[in-house]
Amino acid sequence: MSLVADTSRPVDAVTAAGRAHTDSAAAFVPDKSRAERTASFDVADFPVPSGREEEWRFTPVKKLRGLLETGATGRLRWETVLPEGVTLSTLPAADARALGLLPPQDRAAVVAADVDTVTLLDIPAEAELSEPVRIRLVGDDLEQRVHEHLVVRAGHHAKATVLLAHRGSAQYSQLVSVLTGDASDVTLVSAQRWEDDAIHLAQHDALVGRDATYRHISLTLGGQVVRLNANVRYAGPGGDATLLGVYFADSGQHLEHRSFVDHNTAHCKSHVTYKGALQGDTARTVWVGDALIRAEAEGTDTYELNRNLILTDGARADSVPNLEIETGEIEGAGHASATGRFDDLQLFYLQARGIPEDEAKRLVVRGFFADIIREIPLADLRDEATAAIEHELATTEYAASTTSTSTTLDRTSKEN
Amino acid sequence: MSTLEIKGLTVSVQTEDGPKEILRGVDLTVNSGETHAIMGPNGSGKSTLAYSIAGHPKYTVTGGTVTLDGEDVLAMSVDERARAGLFLAMQYPVEVPGVTVSNFLRTAKTAIDGEAPKLRTWVKDVKQAMNNLRMDPAFAERNVNEGFSGGEKKRHEILQLQLLKPKMAILDETDSGLDIDALRIVSEGVNQAKDETDLGVLLITHYTRILRYIQPDFVHVFVDGRIVEEGGKELADRLEEEGYDRFLTQASA
Ligand SMILES: Nc1ncnc2c1ncn2[C@@H]1O[C@H](COP(=O)(O)OP(=O)(O)O)[C@@H](O)[C@H]1O
Ligand SMILES: [Mg+2]
Repeated sequence: MSLVADTSRPVDAVTAAGRAHTDSAAAFVPDKSRAERTASFDVADFPVPSGREEEWRFTPVKKLRGLLETGATGRLRWETVLPEGVTLSTLPAADARALGLLPPQDRAAVVAADVDTVTLLDIPAEAELSEPVRIRLVGDDLEQRVHEHLVVRAGHHAKATVLLAHRGSAQYSQLVSVLTGDASDVTLVSAQRWEDDAIHLAQHDALVGRDATYRHISLTLGGQVVRLNANVRYAGPGGDATLLGVYFADSGQHLEHRSFVDHNTAHCKSHVTYKGALQGDTARTVWVGDALIRAEAEGTDTYELNRNLILTDGARADSVPNLEIETGEIEGAGHASATGRFDDLQLFYLQARGIPEDEAKRLVVRGFFADIIREIPLADLRDEATAAIEHELATTEYAASTTSTSTTLDRTSKEN
Repeated sequence: MSTLEIKGLTVSVQTEDGPKEILRGVDLTVNSGETHAIMGPNGSGKSTLAYSIAGHPKYTVTGGTVTLDGEDVLAMSVDERARAGLFLAMQYPVEVPGVTVSNFLRTAKTAIDGEAPKLRTWVKDVKQAMNNLRMDPAFAERNVNEGFSGGEKKRHEILQLQLLKPKMAILDETDSGLDIDALRIVSEGVNQAKDETDLGVLLITHYTRILRYIQPDFVHVFVDGRIVEEGGKELADRLEEEGYDRFLTQASA
């Protein structure tokens, strides 16, 4: 799809994405390296943000109510479907940390981890699950402040899909720590189908095992404020991580997705693709995609992509890719970011085949999301996602389309 | 029996220096079953004529009329024109990411007919048409025009022509970029549509080659935004030998 630059895009996004890149590391380095960001289980290391901090500047912190305070007042209702061999248990927080989890990287995650007991989902080594693990997390009361920490541990050569389906209303801060064993294949799907008033701040980390495949797929449609940070680090060479996201923001919604892929190990891959649609004059989305290729991460291959489709006037999407490269010995590294409206030519082509304008627009939006929806490994969730997007589209009063395009696309490659 | 009637059509496009007139008074009538070839040099306005009839928003009609069976085409939206029976095979078909050919064809057919096609006959029709155009069945699951070769794009346009069964088809340089085998296949596809539905055809081309496969009843020479000479098939033969030079000097004189 051809997209035009959104005029409301922040300056740094435009410069980060619009610069002509070479494969020299210097072109990518932002003011402060992502490696220097605080990562800790100690609440005292993270003051309550004011909203001016780099990692909070897009987030409406005033709407977060007491969620950044420690001390939970309730829990979510957990409804689980566990395939045979999979267990769910609790363990003391100290024991959980001893498993070698990635530490929280912001205030929301550290308060989520500030709990006495952690829930542990265990998928045994060599288990090949034919059915997904389903965990429905339901909030019954917006006044409840909930902090939860879930550890998902998959043994070596395990193959599993885990679905976290979020529903209802709550103020919810969440830390999910995924540990994938060597040569395992784990997909975590996180569906945010909250009521319109829910607040959800999440950090989903994965420590990806040697030769392991990891996929994180987020589907964010509901909630007043959702901020989901999906992070990846590698425990050994040969890891392959894919982070995918679909979001659809209406008026009054702030949907923020961040990812940080820390290429700390040689010969690993990462592929990040987030696509969003926005409608309604106060709809707001943010995507920040950080990738760091450390000096030791030779042979890295990484790509980050974000596309936003603005369906009505007034909606605003921010899109900020950051790529830091500390070694020249990589397979490839690149990113692309584009935010725009409908493409006139596509609409003309479809209409010239008799398809009315509104239907043509729906077809284009459906097509826009199709490559990610296709990757959802659960047929029922794929259908649910498609139906939910159709439902969103049914209420849209579309913005004018445009023919001008300005897509940024960068790719650097280096053979060694 | 249908008639597409173009009278005194003038069209301009918006440029940085203001509107620029491209069509300077086009008169043309196409009846069902007739094939009219429009031949002219690059930049003479042939695509502008095609797009203007189809209703592309980039082109502004500043004068004249276009009617299909007496109905005012210019008052219709793009999709209404298609549903009224007009079809444009585009010179540069557009990619639609994430929308499969099969979904696109079914959606278009449903829109044109006003009801969904009967599943069994539809699947058969699509298969048959694709087979005739030597298109691999796997093609149906690819995204519309995405990664298609030049020849695949043109076959896909003719596939739509066969399945949507319009009254009038405008083929904008469907022959350009095709090798001789593909040209023959695509031409057969057009001829078959003509036989089956008594289609009227406005065949826009830069070269005479395609006229060996699709017989024109009339040939119009298009230069500088208007028709400068009309004749039968023999006019195409003359153009083949002489080129457009004779008309170009006329136009600039
Ligand atoms: N947007 C535009 N701005 C300026 N000139 C244009 C624009 N679009 C088309 N033209 C001009 O209109 C003329 C006719 O173009 P076109 O209809 O594509 O010709 P043909 O199909 O015969 O090659 C050309 O000279 C072309 O440069
Ligand atoms: Mg042309």
